[in-house]
Amino acid sequence: MFDIERWQEIFDTIRKNKLRTFLTGLSVASGIFILVILLGFGQGMRNGIEQEFKQDASTSVWVWPGVTSKEYKGLNPGRRIQLANENFEKASAMFNKTIEYESARIYVGGVSVNYGKEALIYGVQGVGPDFQFIDNASMVEGRFINYQDEVSTGKVAIIGNKIKKDVFNEVDSPIGEFIDISGIPFKIIGVFKEMEEREEERIYIPITTAQRVFNGGDRINNMSYTLPPVENFDEAVAQSITFKNNLREYLQQAHTIAPDDTGAIEVWSALEEAKRYYGLTNNIKLFFWFVGICTIIAGVVGVSNIMLIVVKERTREIGIRKALGAKPWSIIAMILHESIFVTAISGFTGLIFSMALLELVGPHIEVDYVLNPSVNFNVAFSTVLVLILAGTLAGFVPAWRAAKVQVIESLRDE
Amino acid sequence: MIEIKDLHKSYKMGSNSLHVLKGINFTVEDGELVAIMGSSGSGKSTLLNILGMLDGADSGEYTLDGVPIKNLSETKAAEYRNKFLGFVFQSFNLINYKSALENVALPLYYQKVPRKERQEKAMQYLDRVGLKPWANHLPSELSGGQKQRVAIARAMAAEPKVLLADEPTGALDSTTSYEVMDLIQKINDDGNTILVVTHEEDIAHMCKRIVHLKDGIIVEDKKIEQVRAGQYV
Repeated sequence: MFDIERWQEIFDTIRKNKLRTFLTGLSVASGIFILVILLGFGQGMRNGIEQEFKQDASTSVWVWPGVTSKEYKGLNPGRRIQLANENFEKASAMFNKTIEYESARIYVGGVSVNYGKEALIYGVQGVGPDFQFIDNASMVEGRFINYQDEVSTGKVAIIGNKIKKDVFNEVDSPIGEFIDISGIPFKIIGVFKEMEEREEERIYIPITTAQRVFNGGDRINNMSYTLPPVENFDEAVAQSITFKNNLREYLQQAHTIAPDDTGAIEVWSALEEAKRYYGLTNNIKLFFWFVGICTIIAGVVGVSNIMLIVVKERTREIGIRKALGAKPWSIIAMILHESIFVTAISGFTGLIFSMALLELVGPHIEVDYVLNPSVNFNVAFSTVLVLILAGTLAGFVPAWRAAKVQVIESLRDE
Repeated sequence: MIEIKDLHKSYKMGSNSLHVLKGINFTVEDGELVAIMGSSGSGKSTLLNILGMLDGADSGEYTLDGVPIKNLSETKAAEYRNKFLGFVFQSFNLINYKSALENVALPLYYQKVPRKERQEKAMQYLDRVGLKPWANHLPSELSGGQKQRVAIARAMAAEPKVLLADEPTGALDSTTSYEVMDLIQKINDDGNTILVVTHEEDIAHMCKRIVHLKDGIIVEDKKIEQVRAGQYV
């Protein structure tokens, strides 16, 4: 490999067979090019699906009460379950070791919202300070509800970015402006941003305020949690399933619900859902690899084919070399070395071009479920290594045939 | 230098076996210039292939410079070819994308001579055949006689024990043929052993000994008065 003499030989032959070398290289380069673009789009789809899931914190768990469907301990089916502060507080106490963030939520109904003379048609929800992290909302301006607001039942409101754009486009900042909720002024203290615009059409107020001011009593509509992050994905899924089951068990007991009546308390875990989609993207990835491998095989067959022609073309030359004392191994090495060199150079060329294309075009692609197609450089690099290895294997048959060239026959005058 | 005893060789042609060499006994001393003559089918090419270790004999002994040549692996044969033998072919067999100099340097490459030394040595041999000014020309830019002189320089560059020439003048007109023979005679004068396969009488008479092959046996083996090719050039 580091024999400088052989490199000189190879450069000589390549220089003197430019077109042939170029065409061989082109087939390999385009093979790698196609493979990398494919893998890039595979990654893009994965990114796109991941993006869909980033709306909520990845370890979030959500609880919705429903309607019982089974008779249990003398209670009739069809009973609507209503969660209360007590449920939320008890669950927090029971599971506080496994919970990262927690928030109850109440939907404030039957209120009118006004900004000056303008009536707004956005939903109002009472949430806790942690809700920002559970819903993965990021602050554009100001701050989210804090503990102090909650304790003091502060009349503050956080609005979505879309509301800011739609309603507050004439003021510099909505912070400090007041909106009326059923005649009560609420001061806007923050603007939040979500992945999806429709989730920005909300107004959040402290849950305590929502309950006290708008006759909520101690009722809550749902509860949401996040669990502490765990490095290992499977462990994280297991953790969230355990938590989900424990939580449901507690709520079923608290509300006298049959243990197998899953519709009465619905617990939804983002991780479990994500796992299904990850499974899907894994399958897609597998499929792209399969296509990629097929492309490589096509490339390898191409290289093998061309090298066979090369050997055929150079039969006489090989015969001469053997007559002059070239050992079989040196003939094999000469052909292999050339094929590996050409494969490597063109493989990297294809890689660089395809990665440049992904780099330039990728970020501008705006299609649902495809986001920033790109390839992990390691993946691309190992693909090239695989191609070189495969090229070696492909080149070996022609090289072997070259080594078996019979001097007498190859030099026979036509 | 070369000792051959009772050499037999036959080729399988379907179900028939063609007996080409039927017991050749033949010795070449150091510094001889031998012409091997015979019509086509006489077995002279087969004999040359066996002498050149490009083909193996069925039976018999072949000793080259005291080394028995028998059951060689391809690698070993290649090594001996490189060390002991230089080939000159009828159709020159130069590598067409390499310059004259590179062609001459090629056997030295297989002897693992460093590049610089290789170039110098090749240039020296090109000079000896009078083609120094053409060193960087491709074979396609040379005349037939020049090509054969490059081929001879290439064969000599490896400093072989024996030079094997297979119809070296077969593709050349008579004037050029004599030039090439003149060169071969000069190389022989320097003490090199040379075997020339030819079917041309005048070429054969420019050697020092003629071996006549017919139907696989030596029918005549005589020393002759050498005709110097120089007088025709």
